[in-house]
Amino acid sequence: MIASGLLHNPLLWILSVPLASAGFLAVLPNWRLAAALNIVASAGTFAASLMLFVHRPEPTRLLFIDDFNIYLVVLTAFVAFTTTIFSAAYIGRETEAQRLSPLHLRFYHSMYQAFVFTMLLALTANNTGVMWVAVEAATLTTVLMVSLYRTREAIEAAWKYFILCSVGIGLALFGTTLVYLAAQPVMGDGADAMAWTLMIKRAGAFQPDLLNLAFVFVLVGYGTKVGLAPLHAWLPDAHAEGPTPISAVLSGLLLNVALYALLRFKMLIAANGHTLTPGPLMVMMGLSSLFLAAFMLYRRGDIKRLFAYSSIEHMGVITFAFGMGGPLANFAGLMHMTMHSLTKSAIFFAVGIITQNAGTKSIAGIRGLTTTHPVLGWGFVVAVLAIAGLPPMGVFMSEFLVVTSTFAREPLLAVPLIVGLLLAFGALVSRLQGMAFGDPVPGVIVHGTGSRLATIMAHLPLWAHMTLVVIAGLWLPAPLVAWFQAVAKLLG
Amino acid sequence: MNAAVLQLVQIVLVVALAPLVTGWVRLVKSRLNGRRGASPFQPYRDIYRLLQKEAIVAHSASWVFRAAPYVTFAAVWLAASVIPTFSTDLALAPAADLIALVALLAIARFWTALAGMDVGTAFGGIGASREMLIASLAEPAMLMVSFSLSLIAGTTAPVKIVGFVLSGGVGLDVSMGLALAAMVMVSIAENGRIPIDNPATHLELTMVHEAMVLEYSGRHLAMMEGAAMVRLTLFMALIGCLFAPWGMAQAGGGVDGILVGMGAFLARTFVLATALAVFETAIAKMRVFRYADFLGGALLLGLLATIFLYVSEAV
Amino acid sequence: MEQHQALSYDVAHLIGATVLMAGFGLLYQRRLFAVLNTFAFQALALAAAAAWQARIQDAPHLYATAAIALVFKALAVPFALHWLVEKLGIHRTVETALSIGWTMIVGVALVALSILLVLPVTAGAAALTRESLALAMSVVLLGLLMMITRHNAVTQVVGFMALENGLLLAAVSAKGMPLVVEISIAFSVLVAMTLFGIFFFRIRERFDTLDLHYLETYRGDRH
Repeated sequence: MIASGLLHNPLLWILSVPLASAGFLAVLPNWRLAAALNIVASAGTFAASLMLFVHRPEPTRLLFIDDFNIYLVVLTAFVAFTTTIFSAAYIGRETEAQRLSPLHLRFYHSMYQAFVFTMLLALTANNTGVMWVAVEAATLTTVLMVSLYRTREAIEAAWKYFILCSVGIGLALFGTTLVYLAAQPVMGDGADAMAWTLMIKRAGAFQPDLLNLAFVFVLVGYGTKVGLAPLHAWLPDAHAEGPTPISAVLSGLLLNVALYALLRFKMLIAANGHTLTPGPLMVMMGLSSLFLAAFMLYRRGDIKRLFAYSSIEHMGVITFAFGMGGPLANFAGLMHMTMHSLTKSAIFFAVGIITQNAGTKSIAGIRGLTTTHPVLGWGFVVAVLAIAGLPPMGVFMSEFLVVTSTFAREPLLAVPLIVGLLLAFGALVSRLQGMAFGDPVPGVIVHGTGSRLATIMAHLPLWAHMTLVVIAGLWLPAPLVAWFQAVAKLLG
Repeated sequence: MNAAVLQLVQIVLVVALAPLVTGWVRLVKSRLNGRRGASPFQPYRDIYRLLQKEAIVAHSASWVFRAAPYVTFAAVWLAASVIPTFSTDLALAPAADLIALVALLAIARFWTALAGMDVGTAFGGIGASREMLIASLAEPAMLMVSFSLSLIAGTTAPVKIVGFVLSGGVGLDVSMGLALAAMVMVSIAENGRIPIDNPATHLELTMVHEAMVLEYSGRHLAMMEGAAMVRLTLFMALIGCLFAPWGMAQAGGGVDGILVGMGAFLARTFVLATALAVFETAIAKMRVFRYADFLGGALLLGLLATIFLYVSEAV
Repeated sequence: MEQHQALSYDVAHLIGATVLMAGFGLLYQRRLFAVLNTFAFQALALAAAAAWQARIQDAPHLYATAAIALVFKALAVPFALHWLVEKLGIHRTVETALSIGWTMIVGVALVALSILLVLPVTAGAAALTRESLALAMSVVLLGLLMMITRHNAVTQVVGFMALENGLLLAAVSAKGMPLVVEISIAFSVLVAMTLFGIFFFRIRERFDTLDLHYLETYRGDRH
């Protein structure tokens, strides 16, 4: 029964592969083998996720796939896969530098797969409770990875991350309970009143006031995890102190997952129709994140923190877009989610190698990358320009769409948006100049070590992501556009 | 039975019983501390002895000092007389009101504090200032409790509250529970019991009430001590009548009802007195700086009691 | 029947209010051990609330939640924290960012706020649910307040767990809500992790490293 189910349902593969590998990697002592297996498992998950296009399973009480989450599942599986490739190269060099012991690595690989599992579960859960548990578990697994280096800063970052996000998901649970209470009189007791697919059909009958209150809690709760402005304090620390592959997935995937949770609730609100519009709240939070991050970008001395703030900025833009609502802005938001995810993880891939080469995370210590490491350096330049929003890359496209749709509807709001984007652009470009084109710091040893394969593995994911981003900026395939549009309509 | 007669009985009863209550608390505390302790009737002897002695008045004292013991005692006695103890059928009951009660106690406190300052000694002044600090915190709390009770019962007259509680309309009410907790805290403060004040101490740094009456002797001291004892009994009667008035005689209850009411009152009072003794033995005195927290807590509990009323109301 | 309903309502209300009062108790305490004892009491009250809800909702799985609350939160966690505080010599008084009096006042304001927020929006729900929800939200906000106004890591964790008590109170009172047990387990894991976190964090401060190799070299086992 289960076996035949597995064969016919790619969804079960998507979830069982990472879960099983998490268990297996926990007991595998050889870290090189573990790194390889990590890649294989993630490739398997990615392949299974592609199968979703061919065969979309029927929604069950626990899991479901619809237009909205399918693309996030695929994106998550893809980035998780490319990150494992990068991670194999990264940890190889970390181990050479004796920063990580084999025991740490065993733990790291196992937690990585567990983390991927929790994210995919959160994305595919057809139950608000299961989704919550999955997000909570994602917090746990990443906390453990952020504190992997056991330095004073890493532990403090993990502690901060842990406390803030725990409170955040605590509040989200309260919101979830409130939504259940709003749904229960209509849907009856039990799991039906927590299932997305069932709730959305009858959301119009839910008690609107209760939904309003619930949404505030959900916004604050999951918003903490998204890293929206007043609640962002954990994000830069957690990104800066953990291993870089983890920073890549945190920034590229986890924030998306939290935002996905938020958007699901927003869809419910939109389907209800009698509530207050959640838009202004999200617009406010989005704009404040954008501004805060844009100003903070100027004062960063640590390269990983710099890009962590850039993630806050982009999450702000995305939240702003979804807050504006309407087909065009939602479309832009979805696209920006994808582009940011690809670009930001690519940047962290580059940053990982750069910091290993330079032996420091300080921006002042990193100079002249295009001279010392041309392949890496130019990749980094392209990625940073992309995230800064320079045409023709995909991020520019989506930002442009956000701005134009805002201009069309609320011209006054477009002004601060543009100012914020320009500020961030200026900060990133000025930082980039020194790092990419300045004179190399004399005396820094250029690492030429490692096999050719390792070098390729380190650079391949970066370039793969950037290729996708550039292509997306120039040309989006029609089916993809149609699909984004369909989802944008769902979001209301 | 006649309401006037019952009233007379009550007036005598509260004064007659007060020293025994105090004596009982002291006895239980002694026993808990592992001492034999004096007989519970010892306070009667003390007061009798004090009344026999000559009252010495400081040269610097004015008439305020001389008048204060009588005013204080009278105010407390009057307050104690109007609270229903064993029967609600009292002649003065219509005059009784929780807010009036607070005012009467405030008068007593005011005069005591005046007397403390009148002589001009340092201790009297310290005691008076601390007493006023406590009062400024305890009175709002007490009023808050009165408000929430009056919102529950629709009246501030203790007699009617008794009737309301006895009619069973309250059930297990959260507001009542909170108000009780606040009331207990206020009572502790008002009576100068541990953890706010220690009635048995003469340690300069910690005493409050004792500091104010330090200069008194003879019959003046007897009055002051008597007032303190009556006040303790008063608060026990008040807590009993507001929160656990079971068995209290109603109008037209006959002699049987009166006897049951009397028995219930005595039982309540001694249960409370014993509980007080146990509580005082178990905890330590608080620092002066913590008073605000403690009584602020009582005020907040009163406030919460009121807030919760609206929860119940809305349901 | 009417009588029975009224009673079940009163008892639930009373237990809920006890949890809330314990929340205020947490804010009021100045000594760490007193905070832990108050927390244990709150967890006990929560266990009682869950058990009572299990009874009146006829939902046996809530007994599991009650059992978890009782064994894990009312006993294991306070003991573990007690042990940690003694073992690691953590400062025994509570460090406050806001004076206790002010914290209490803000606390009451939060309670009033949650009542004002919850009651109007739950007009359709059952009376029991509404009240529990108002109480639960107050407990949540008080827990949050405690986390904000108390510095020490231990008090922060206690604040978090108090917040979580409020969440569970809401979850058990929502009639027929599935997954309550799973959620309480998830929280327990979280809390257990936190305790480890504190432990390691403090060890780190003492030995200036969390790397256990350091301890090994210290013993002279390696090299």
